[in-house]
Amino acid sequence: MTPPTPSAAAPLEVTDETEKKSITSDGSKGSESRSPGQLAWRRFKRDRTGVISAIIVIFFFVIALAAPLIAKLYGKDPYTTYGLNTPGLLGDNGFPVRPNGGMSPDFWFGIDPQLGRDVFTFLLYAIRNSLLISVAITLFVVVLGVVVGVTAGYMGGKTDWFFGRVIDILLAFPQQLFFVAFTPVVVSLFVPDNENTPTWLVVVCLVGLLTAFGWASIARLLRGQVLALREREFVEAAKVTGASPARIIFKELLPNLWTPILIQGTLTLPAMVTTEAGLAFLGVGLQDPTPDWGVMIGYAAKFYQDDITFLLFPGVAMVIFVLAFNLLGDSMRDALDPKTKR
Amino acid sequence: MSSTTPLLDVSGLTKHFPIKGGFPIRRTVGAVQAVDGLDFQVAEGESLGLVGESGCGKSTTGRLITRLLEPTAGKVSYRGQDITHASRKELAPIRSEIQMIFQDPYASLNPRHTVGKIISGPMEINDVNPPGGRENRVRELLEIVGLNPEHYNRFPHEFSGGQRQRIGVARALALEPKLIVADEPVSALDVSIQAQVVNLLQKVQKELGIAFVFIAHDLAIVRHFSQRVAVMYLGKIVEIADREDLYDNPRHPYTRALLSAVPEATVDAAPRERIRLVGDVPSPINPPSGCRFRTRCWKATEKCATEAPPLVQADGNKPGHLTACHYPEMRDTVPAPRLSKDPEAAA
Repeated sequence: MTPPTPSAAAPLEVTDETEKKSITSDGSKGSESRSPGQLAWRRFKRDRTGVISAIIVIFFFVIALAAPLIAKLYGKDPYTTYGLNTPGLLGDNGFPVRPNGGMSPDFWFGIDPQLGRDVFTFLLYAIRNSLLISVAITLFVVVLGVVVGVTAGYMGGKTDWFFGRVIDILLAFPQQLFFVAFTPVVVSLFVPDNENTPTWLVVVCLVGLLTAFGWASIARLLRGQVLALREREFVEAAKVTGASPARIIFKELLPNLWTPILIQGTLTLPAMVTTEAGLAFLGVGLQDPTPDWGVMIGYAAKFYQDDITFLLFPGVAMVIFVLAFNLLGDSMRDALDPKTKR
Repeated sequence: MSSTTPLLDVSGLTKHFPIKGGFPIRRTVGAVQAVDGLDFQVAEGESLGLVGESGCGKSTTGRLITRLLEPTAGKVSYRGQDITHASRKELAPIRSEIQMIFQDPYASLNPRHTVGKIISGPMEINDVNPPGGRENRVRELLEIVGLNPEHYNRFPHEFSGGQRQRIGVARALALEPKLIVADEPVSALDVSIQAQVVNLLQKVQKELGIAFVFIAHDLAIVRHFSQRVAVMYLGKIVEIADREDLYDNPRHPYTRALLSAVPEATVDAAPRERIRLVGDVPSPINPPSGCRFRTRCWKATEKCATEAPPLVQADGNKPGHLTACHYPEMRDTVPAPRLSKDPEAAA
């Protein structure tokens, strides 16, 4: 029992230290000065939920980026059907012989039924692909939303009216139905019937469609923010000194918009992860054998009544990731916008 | 520059804000006549006070002069150059000469910029490179307005209202302007801080020879600060005169009423007549015909409703004292209201 005691005491000491530091630095308000960003970072560091969520999220991104490296060290790949190649791994009914989905020192998370692929590497690559797609969509959504929202808000008048109606229509659209119905249509525009659809095309279509429907809410939010900001006197002060509209947007308004942009971005990404997985599950996104969270869950759903292990790994991983990312978004909002009380 | 050309010449300045309405096709159904035909001049190094109650168009006037708003009609010229409808590019050389100080020190500084960035911004935009570098100039300006140059890297949220207003003054001074439009620069501050900021502005005006258009609703502060004072009512100037003339010998009934409403700070002052105005300020959407003050004036007659009084030098006025009234008040008809800030008058 002796070893755990110092480790338990250590974090306590650390928190005490940070507390002390914050007190002393608050007291000595000499020439030191903090930007709103630095203040937010200090608030964020004190929020334990936020820090833990951030660590989990970073962990997921690291394993997604390092997936090929991990797979190489681990010595397997997600495409080889180990179960079919090596006798004795899968039983006659197509399920792994060993218990718990065939977990063993060789196959840490087991192998999947019928094909006998390695679940661990498959999950790694699934996370990698899903996150890559979601990050791409989120980036496009945020950039498009910021450009349209800020332009509409700052220009006002007819521009604002036009974008406002476009946003109304997009937000009124039944998006999920649209994706399910139209993804195959869009894909078939580029690919003749008798040919196989290349994976990159599916990815491009997914990113395009989800971006086209995703930017509306962030644009509307930013438009409102800009409408409030542009009447502030510091914008008039910049105009009096002869600032160009570009300078006012980028130097005066945008620094005040980073908070909503960051918050919306962190809330959009997990939503895109689940949407993308949902589409793959429904069969309109990425297709088996391309590793993907949704593909994996869809494949596992066929067998979950007989063995739930295959569903458990992607499912739990996804729940943890989305939950952590959402909590991270909440913590970021609290840190950046201390006036919002919950 | 010849002395006959005023620094700023405003004539017939008008701003009507359109009111849109109607369905399904929106059209202009009316206009808020915020400013309606102003004429005044500001000489170099002079301070013109602009007073009047809320909604009379003072701030709109300030924003028209600095061209934050586009005038509906009339003419604004700066040193003889017409800037009424000048574009942003055409205005560029003049921008550095006309600056503005804003009312709300909490809204007029960008919360995400450091003090250094806020004050050096105007120099950056106009590509001004003072000898010794912009940072040195900013530190110099901070010293001029009575702030610690060490505050260069601080953010606005670390300052009090009065200090923030000083930062606003420093920003306005950064381009070495010839004219500063101060839009109620102290009305958002504590009374104890107001005097400090007004004294700072006065110091700046005297030492740097900057002309001011000083917009305020506090008559005592305007009297303290401005050599000439214009009184506005519902978008029009009703009286304009030198300070002493206006406060000692107000000719327009509205001016007289305003002056009589100034609270007396002396306890043992002799009771004086206070003119109570009845009713509300009429809507600028539909102002009264003729003289705009007639609905609240105790002297109004038929003539006031039909004929708008021109802003002229009334009988017995000194040169430069203009009054827009058909029946100007006489010095002796009503005991002249006294101002609290003037110890001789109060005694």
